[in-house]
Amino acid sequence: MTSGPLSDFHGEGSVFAAWALRRAGVMLWLTSGMAVSAIVLLIGMLGLLCWLAFAGDAFGAAAGHFPGALAVLSQGEPPYTAEALFSAIVGTITVTLLMTLLVAPLGILVAVYLHVYARQHWYTDLVRIAIHNLAGVPSIIYGVFGLGFFVYWVGGGIDELFFSDSLPRATFGTPGILWAAITLALLTLPTVIVSIEEGLLRLPASLREGSFALGATRFETVVGVLLPATMTSVVTGVILAVARATGEVAPLMLVGVVKYAPSLPVSIEAPFIHLEQKFMHLGYLVYDLTLHAPAGNGRVALIAVVALSLVLVTMSLTTFAAVLRGRFRYQYAQEGLL
Amino acid sequence: MNHPDMETFNAFIEASKASKTKRRQAPSLQVEDVSLSYPAEPNALQNISLEIPSGCVTAVIGPSGCGKSTLLRCFNRMNDTIDGCRYSGSIFLDGANILSDGIDVTSLRRKVGMVFQRPNPFPKSVFDNVAYGPRLAGIRSQRQLDEIVENALRSAALWDEVKDRLDAMAGNLSLGQQQRLVIARAIAVEPEVLLLDEPASSLDPISTLKIEELIYELKSDYTIVIVTHNMQQAGRVSDYTAFMSGGRLIEFDATDRIFTNPSERATEDYITGRVG
Ligand SMILES: Nc1ncnc2c1ncn2[C@@H]1O[C@H](COP(=O)(O)OP(=O)(O)O)[C@@H](O)[C@H]1O
Ligand SMILES: [Mg+2]
Repeated sequence: MTSGPLSDFHGEGSVFAAWALRRAGVMLWLTSGMAVSAIVLLIGMLGLLCWLAFAGDAFGAAAGHFPGALAVLSQGEPPYTAEALFSAIVGTITVTLLMTLLVAPLGILVAVYLHVYARQHWYTDLVRIAIHNLAGVPSIIYGVFGLGFFVYWVGGGIDELFFSDSLPRATFGTPGILWAAITLALLTLPTVIVSIEEGLLRLPASLREGSFALGATRFETVVGVLLPATMTSVVTGVILAVARATGEVAPLMLVGVVKYAPSLPVSIEAPFIHLEQKFMHLGYLVYDLTLHAPAGNGRVALIAVVALSLVLVTMSLTTFAAVLRGRFRYQYAQEGLL
Repeated sequence: MNHPDMETFNAFIEASKASKTKRRQAPSLQVEDVSLSYPAEPNALQNISLEIPSGCVTAVIGPSGCGKSTLLRCFNRMNDTIDGCRYSGSIFLDGANILSDGIDVTSLRRKVGMVFQRPNPFPKSVFDNVAYGPRLAGIRSQRQLDEIVENALRSAALWDEVKDRLDAMAGNLSLGQQQRLVIARAIAVEPEVLLLDEPASSLDPISTLKIEELIYELKSDYTIVIVTHNMQQAGRVSDYTAFMSGGRLIEFDATDRIFTNPSERATEDYITGRVG
């Protein structure tokens, strides 16, 4: 009855072994219980949103339901139309991907610098403390900083240098998707750095030594061995960043999100992306609908369908990243590593 | 099939293969008055002087913590990577003092390969592990890399075991295979000196035997320095033996002499197992 690693360790049938087994059993029940409740909660929430959004469409207003989201979207005025919803979905995905493109390399650079190059200096600890604290700064502060520094100072400077003909109409010196992505990248940078640095710390020192012993420089060691071996923690950092970034609305209101944008920030012809454009965002749309949309029977369905889109966009982005991480993990899984 | 031209061609191929296998004179290492300190251990090495002969296997033995690894890590300047490590003295390799500031540590490490106590393959494929050093040296041609990897794996007596799974992750190999892979990785850079720091201490007896056979095979082409805490192993594989204790070199002589007729009492005590 008492077999397995626990009883091997503590002796067959000892009181302690029995207690340890029971405790392991309790832990198993607790964790699986939590997992099940989390899944039930998630499905319940998605189900409720679906119901609120589409019950009217499915069963008809005649049956005493609200009008459904599809019905409302097909008749509404901007920004409460299907096109606007689509624009907000595209805007959310675009700004998040842009942010990822910025934050991943930047996070890698800083983490590698801290871990490999600056390890022995006292100020590295200072930098580390600063980074950990940055993670706790309220996001609206990042918004204010983004507006003041990036939009007015950097953007204004770019306009004066390169777009002086069209002044006083601002090109980059006004909120836009580039500044929003940079602001989000700054906001999520601490998370990414910490995740990557922890990944680097987990790597055995023997990897580094092995590479040095073959005549590799520090840079070659980082690029050739350490970074490939820690790709999973890079992706983990990016997943956390995406999760946080898609949930932020407040700073975006200051640096580029608008209630209604008539054109998308991306196009299928060159230059494909319009970095200076203002854009729509699902998070902001939820906020706007809740507070400013004309009250009416269709509002609940609209809020629900936008919220549902936001949840699904976030989930697909993080799931995509998790699948990527799974591949890396499979690729690098080996004795003593990961 | 047996066309005479074909036979001359084959003979030619064989001859060119034979000439490719290294028959150069491996260099010796002259250690002169080397001392080394760590912040926590000021006397890690004290005034070590010895000449490690070329083309032989030299074993370094002694109780643990006596500075064997530290001495070994002087030969490829691995101690440079440790904060606060200071050393003095000189080590001459091919006429140059490798402890001097002007030495290019990167090219020194290509010339002096090292294998560590625990196998440390990179989390890459078998092929990419062995090709790592050559790629660093700028070799890009796939054909050339294929050839280097095959030769290195053959030299490390691993080719037959892994030739069908060069793309497999190195971590999937057994520990003994991993250690031979790491030796192949070092050989692929074409070093002149091979440093082995207790290369078999984490391996089972059969893998240990394979490593010892390998050392025997390799010694005609390389100057080999091996740290071991296994007396029988030192006796089996080495031509010369250095006995260290407390950061000092106590005795250095031909292995036969050290094991049968050492001149120092401390050496005899250690070898016969009375100390250490
Ligand atoms: N990185 C290090 N930092 C500080 N002290 C070290 C370091 N490596 C080794 N030492 C010390 O130097 C002495 C010699 O160590 P080492 O050369 O590893 O001995 P051995 O290989 O003979 O067992 C030991 O006292 C050890 O504690
Ligand atoms: Mg040692």
